[in-house]
Amino acid sequence: MLRLPRFQLHTPATVEDAALLLREHHAAEQDGAKTGTPGITVMLVAGGTDLYPNMKRRQFTPSTLIALGRALPRGIQNGGLRPAGPLPLGVTIGAGATLAAVASDTRVLSGYRALAESAIAISTPQLRNMGTIGGNLCLDTRCNWYDQSLFWRMAEGMCMKTDPSVVCRVAPSSPRCLAVASADMVPALLALGASARVVNSEGERVIALADMYRDDGISHLTIGRDDIVTEVILPPADGWRSTYLKLRDRGSFDFPIVGVAAAVRLDGGIVREARLAMTAVGSRPMLVAAAAAALIGSRLEDDAIAAAAAAAHKIARPMDNTSGTIAQRKKTVPVFATRALASLREN
Amino acid sequence: MTKELLQLRVNGESHTVAAEPHHTLLEVLREELQLTGTKHGCELGECGACTVLVDGVPVLSCLTLPAQLDDRAEVTTVEGLARAGEGAPGSDATMLHPLQTAFAEEGAAQCGYCTPGMLMAAKALLDTNPRPSRDEIAHAISGNLCRCTGYTAIYEAIEKAAQAR
Repeated sequence: MLRLPRFQLHTPATVEDAALLLREHHAAEQDGAKTGTPGITVMLVAGGTDLYPNMKRRQFTPSTLIALGRALPRGIQNGGLRPAGPLPLGVTIGAGATLAAVASDTRVLSGYRALAESAIAISTPQLRNMGTIGGNLCLDTRCNWYDQSLFWRMAEGMCMKTDPSVVCRVAPSSPRCLAVASADMVPALLALGASARVVNSEGERVIALADMYRDDGISHLTIGRDDIVTEVILPPADGWRSTYLKLRDRGSFDFPIVGVAAAVRLDGGIVREARLAMTAVGSRPMLVAAAAAALIGSRLEDDAIAAAAAAAHKIARPMDNTSGTIAQRKKTVPVFATRALASLREN
Repeated sequence: MTKELLQLRVNGESHTVAAEPHHTLLEVLREELQLTGTKHGCELGECGACTVLVDGVPVLSCLTLPAQLDDRAEVTTVEGLARAGEGAPGSDATMLHPLQTAFAEEGAAQCGYCTPGMLMAAKALLDTNPRPSRDEIAHAISGNLCRCTGYTAIYEAIEKAAQAR
């Protein structure tokens, strides 16, 4: 039987109380890169669909767990409750909104289709009823050498992510952990230009999602361990069309081994703005800047799409640490980019 | 670490349960309430064998902490499907849920290990969509693995139960 390790559970009623608990337990000083992930002593949990399996496998063994279910906002609303600084408001989604709620929301379905498609592509119906959008944004990176039972890892040998004294097992000469960004919603949200509201005991701030990730399998989030994502903020959807495509082994359960999101704002059939984003082909989700340059001003003609797809292919860096092969995943990137962008043409 | 008292509503009954805070709903149901119908499968969210309903919504009990449930949450397990005393007129026999009857009649349970989770996922579907299409059924149980049936008998049983309601 796989039991969770023992921990002290806190269930704060407000985000502010959760932030104070994080400060009280010195969360900001936690550093998985120095201790290995099992050395992190205080963690947040929302739906628990990723953290609890990881804890059962002893990838994390926090002595203090702060459950956010009662604290996080869950609503999806036009404009949101509070001003978001200089950003124009479209829709705000409470970080506690379940994946199922996001996937079925009429505003998301009509204005932010890539987000709905990414949400419905995550795992299974049961998981989508439990997992949250905030949790998906903070999803741990994954690797064939990491997402294994403690027994397997003790027999085979630990990896850099759980034991910093060990080399990366995927590429022993790598100076950093190569675990893979695996959250489906993040490329969709990057393509849609989303931001996140983040709260800690000092206050709150809004950061662009594009600035929330770094290319490091251990320290993959730029926000601190004392930060709580409380809202996802989407800009107005006017004129935007978007979609998300996911490669996985089975049509259910599985994490992406390639994920591509595309969004364009069309005006008279001409692309005025464009974003192409990818996941599962590196330790962080990526916006493909050169793809946007190739698309803007076009009518999504074949050659413009081909240039954008080539730009995505150029920067995709899959490693041999998920299901599928490196070649298969690398080749899938331009295929999916082409399909996604072609589907956004106006009839 | 000592056990803590939990208030749980399961299959229409209120329970005060002493359980360790790191024990999942699956473990509490089986070990403290002796409701062993809900099965341990992968215990990692990858099979659906432990599916129960919380306020009518299918969730995985292996990844749910009882302390995280709302105070008034209603948990339904496979033991809550059949209704005692509602069998044949004049008897005190238990009346099976139409899904249970259909699963038995269609051979939708072979080894039977996935069946409680399948039944709960199917109940949640029929409660919200009384006449689902085959695609909707497949989608609803896409979080439940079966290693025996190949799923066809399960689809047919759910369709039969839908027609019987």
